[in-house]
Parts: sequence; C-alpha cells; structure tokens
Amino acid sequence: MSEGRADVVLEAVDLVKHFPVKHGLFQPARHVHALDGVSFALKRGETLAIVGESGCGKTTLAKCLMRLDEPTGGRVVLLGDDITHLGQGALRGLRRRMQIVFQDPYASLNPRWSIGSIVGDPIRLHEKVPAAERRRRVAELLETVGLDPGYADRHPHELSGGQRQRVAIARALAVNPSVIICDEPVSALDVSIQAQVINLLKRLQAKLGIAYLFISHNLALVEHISDRIAVMYLGQVVELADTRSMRRELLHPYSKALFSAAPVADPDASARRTRIILSGDVPSPVDPPSGCRFRTRCPWKQPRCAAESPALRAVGDRLVRCHFAGEPGFPAPLA
Amino acid sequence: MSAVLEVEELAVRFRTTRGTVNAVDGLSFRVGEGETVALVGESGSGKSTAALALLRLIADPPGRIAAGRILFEGRDILGLREDELREVRGGRIAMIFQDPMMALNPVYTIERQVGEVLALHAGMGREARAKEVVELLRLVGVPAPEERAKQYPHNLSGGMRQRVMIAMALACKPKLLIADEPTTALDVTVQAQVLDLIQSLKDRFGMAVLLITHDLGVVAETAHRVIVMYAGRKVEEGTTAQIFKDPRHPYTKGLLEAAKWEEVDGAMLREIPGAVPSPFDMPRGCAFSPRCGVAVPRCRESVPPLVEVAPGRPVACFVAQEGPS
Repeated sequence: MSEGRADVVLEAVDLVKHFPVKHGLFQPARHVHALDGVSFALKRGETLAIVGESGCGKTTLAKCLMRLDEPTGGRVVLLGDDITHLGQGALRGLRRRMQIVFQDPYASLNPRWSIGSIVGDPIRLHEKVPAAERRRRVAELLETVGLDPGYADRHPHELSGGQRQRVAIARALAVNPSVIICDEPVSALDVSIQAQVINLLKRLQAKLGIAYLFISHNLALVEHISDRIAVMYLGQVVELADTRSMRRELLHPYSKALFSAAPVADPDASARRTRIILSGDVPSPVDPPSGCRFRTRCPWKQPRCAAESPALRAVGDRLVRCHFAGEPGFPAPLA
Repeated sequence: MSAVLEVEELAVRFRTTRGTVNAVDGLSFRVGEGETVALVGESGSGKSTAALALLRLIADPPGRIAAGRILFEGRDILGLREDELREVRGGRIAMIFQDPMMALNPVYTIERQVGEVLALHAGMGREARAKEVVELLRLVGVPAPEERAKQYPHNLSGGMRQRVMIAMALACKPKLLIADEPTTALDVTVQAQVLDLIQSLKDRFGMAVLLITHDLGVVAETAHRVIVMYAGRKVEEGTTAQIFKDPRHPYTKGLLEAAKWEEVDGAMLREIPGAVPSPFDMPRGCAFSPRCGVAVPRCRESVPPLVEVAPGRPVACFVAQEGPS
C-alpha cells in the first residue's frame, strides 16, 4: 500500500515476539512464537481492526506496541520516531501520544482512587498544571465521555461496567493522544451497553481525529467500526484489506472460515450461509506447523503448503498470506 | 408437541445483607420433546438462576425457590426427595456450563469422570465403563479417544473440555439438556464445532435443549423458540422467526439492533440508554421503563402483565399490548 508516510501515526515493522518456555536442564530451549513478522501502518484518524482467536497474538501485539512487552525483533514507529529501544524515561513522553483502553474495566481502574484522580493522573504525570486547572480538565473530560462531572468524587465500585469503560476512555483522552489501542473494549460489557461505548469512540474519533487500533474477536462489530481489517492466525497477519472489500469477499481460507463461523443474529441469513466448520484446534504456538501455519486445519491444503511458508503478498486490493489465494477457482466449494 | 418440561410461576429469591432480591419472578415456560428453547437475557436477567433452579442447584441459604412448580415428565422436581433428585440430575436431565475447566475435576482422569456418571446412573461395571467412555468420546468428536480417556482436564484444550462435558452429559441419554452459555468461553471456530455437535446429537437422540445465552447469534442458529428475560421476568416469547422478524417488546427490539450492529443514524448505532437496574433499586412499574423510548406514564406505575398480543406471543409491555407496532 502506498499511503503517504506523513499520514502514518503508528507503524509496526516486522514485529517478532518470542517468549521462552520453561525447559529441563538437558532439553533444548523452546519458545512461544507469539508474534512472527507482523507489519502494518495505522493512518491518522483511521480505525484498523485486528481480529483473530485466542492465541493468535493480538494482545501480545498491543503490549509490544505500547512497549509493555519488549519485542524480540522488528520495530515500532510512533509519529516518525522509532520507539523500539527507547528507555523508560523517553517512553513516558511518547506514551502521551499513544494510550490504551483494556477489556476489563473492573481490573483496569484502581479501586481506591476516586474517578477524578484516575482521570487526572495522566495530566499530573505529563503536564505541570495547577490542581484547579487539572480539576477543570477532568470535569471537561468526564463530560466528553458522557459522564456527569460530579462522578469525579466517586469510586469505581459505585459505577456500572459501561460507566467504568467511559472512565477508562476519559483517562486515555486526558493527554490528547494520536493513537488509542482498544483491546476488546466492549467484550466485558452487556450487549445493550456496547453500542453506547462504540458510538462514543466513533464520536471522539470524528471530533479529535484519533486513530484506533481496535483489537477484537467480534466480527460483526469490527465490520461496523473499522476502515481496514487485519486477520491474524498464530502470530501472523494472514489477510489485510479495506473493510468494504472484506465484506465483499475474503481470500484467505482462514478468514473465510472465521467469518463464516461467527453466528449472525438473523435466522434467514444463517440458513442461507454455508458455514465452514474447521476440524481440530489452533496448534500450539510453541511448535507452529512448518510451511503455512493454517495448513493443519485448512480444508484446501496442498503438498506445497507444508513445504513452503507463504509470504504476505498483494492480491488485488489486499494482502494475503496463502500460496493459492486469488487463483481462479480457489478455493473450490466444499462438498 | 408434548412437554418434557413445564415451569409454572417460578420465583427465586436471595436474601442478602442489603435486602431480598427477586432474581426470578413469576417465570413460566415449557419445553417440548426434542425442542430447543433459548432463554435469552443480559447479566442480572435471572436466566442462569432459573436454569440452576430447575435442578434445585440454588444454594440455600442465601437463595430459595420461593414459589412455583417445575414439572419434568409429569413429576414436580420441587417435590422430589434427595435420592430421587439425584436420579434425575445427570440422568434424565443433564447440564453443561460455560466454563468446562471449572466443571471438571482437575485431579481425576477423563475416564474416571465420565465413567462416574455411568456407574451412578447405569450401574455399569469397570470394564464396560471404560469401553463406553471411549465410545462417548468418539461420539463427541474427541480425536484419539483411547488416549484422551487416560488424560487429565489440563491436558485438553477448551473446545476438547467442552466436548468431554457434553460426553458426560450424554452418558445417560438425557431427555433434556440444559446448556448454560455452552460456547461463550470458546473461540468462534470452535464454537461452530460445538454448536454443530449439540445439534447433531440432539437430532440423533431426540433430546430437548434449554439453551441459556446472551448471544442472539447463537440463538438464531440453534433455537426453535425464544424467551426473552429482563430483570428476573419474562418480557416476551415467540418462535425464533417471530422474535427476530417481528419483535414486540421495546427491549427485544433494542437487543436485536445491538446484536446486529445496525447503523441507524449515519454511521451511528442505536443505543439503549442507561444500564440494567440494580436488583436492590428496581424502578417502579416496568423494570425497563427508565431505558425505554416509548414508555408512557402507566409504565412507571404498574408492572405490565404478560398478555398474548398474538397466538403464542405473550409480551409484557403496555405499549405493545395496545396496538400493532
């Protein structure tokens, strides 16, 4: 993709993260291949979704980007600066530009702090402003996320899940970031509350031009909120394209299976749809399969898939990691 | 269709230091032979409490089944003696839970756990049990069942554990399977496998399924009939097609829009404002009225009863009862 570099706010270049696995004295060292060569460029004001199942590396990716985990290889570039090897002091300054909202608003807010201290803390850390000014800003932030400024004196346990997630968003906004990583931000919330939080994120993006890296396993939600979608499997991106083209057609066999397996709240649509039921489980990331990592579950696998690992290559308007994607007649309909 | 299960006016209360909570209030429904009925609702709707109450699994205290009848194959579960109840549990009625890791005992092998059901309910000897366990594991699609039978729960993936739970549930060919969020802890591709499995086993053994879930996608794909619950009460019931194509209760409508991520206003989603009320601070009148876009003054004064707005379509909403939407 040939977007202007100036437009890119966050870039991952060939990110690798391996975790060592405990091993015996005379056993060879082994590693969990959590991320293996993940690259993407997030543009200003854009929402890029990362989808995949547990163990695909999406949360490790978020942690490596935030430098909460040290990447084993590759680079993280934030607003033109390589932050891969920055020390903690320099990192703190850069974290103003990139914030994260976690899945569980019950775990991510300190229960002993008032809402005002939670939201005001990033301001206290990053800017030297008088307490009165900070209080004014906190009140403003709470209003921005749709909470009464009076909540500043309350504590997390007095709030519902949806309200807590609003507080987490207000805290992320406090330092005017260019990028917010949203790691499953509504998965822990009730269905009827999720739309409130998603609408809030959209409104904030329209108003403030923030880019979101939106990590989720909810495919219907991802189709709604994102401009582009990256599908991950066992530590690698297997397909990346515009949401519009993804809606039209999926090229990687895993993307096809993943999207076809997601239940839709529409009995007619689900009756019409052909579900691809994959056999088996996701293989262990300690010993990922040779060649294509999806081949052990792929209904269309060929001998070549075990021998040679496919590169992420351009097919039409997208990137796909499959030897055969884009070839006429592939994949053949399943019996 | 003759009913396998008939629940009448079930009420479950919990006594807490902050007061008494009506977790389930006046819930009635029936499950026909071989039918899949979905009990749908969000957290606090009472759906899981209702499911536990069916097998008298509510811890007492603090909980208590305060009223109602639970007729299973014509007998009232609430009137059974402990030993009779044990025969029904895991025998004629089986239950699977959301988290198979919590439901399986970590220190026993799969063979021993699945076999225990057979020993208790079928009185099988050791060798017959070992054979039957392998057969059951094969039936639910566990690869290499002879080896798996000797392993422990931690050796298995989440999807495999849920299959083991299903094998255990099926061991005695139950008439009714209660499945409480059976796939919520699983990834979508594994969820599809497990739903597929439940469906094919149901067809094979003619078992009825009571599915407890918050996921309307799963409901659309599996259920014949749907019961929507809100704050401990049934607010609407209908066939799956009726509920999804012609929802009558404003809460059901909102829930469906939310589940489909339907864009209404430009790129925005329609929101249900507010949150599920706290059980300690229930609003007067209809529990949904503070969040409802069409509520009239009457909704805030008295609780709307369930009234059939069409044959087989009870709805607890004054506005829906007054006229077609």
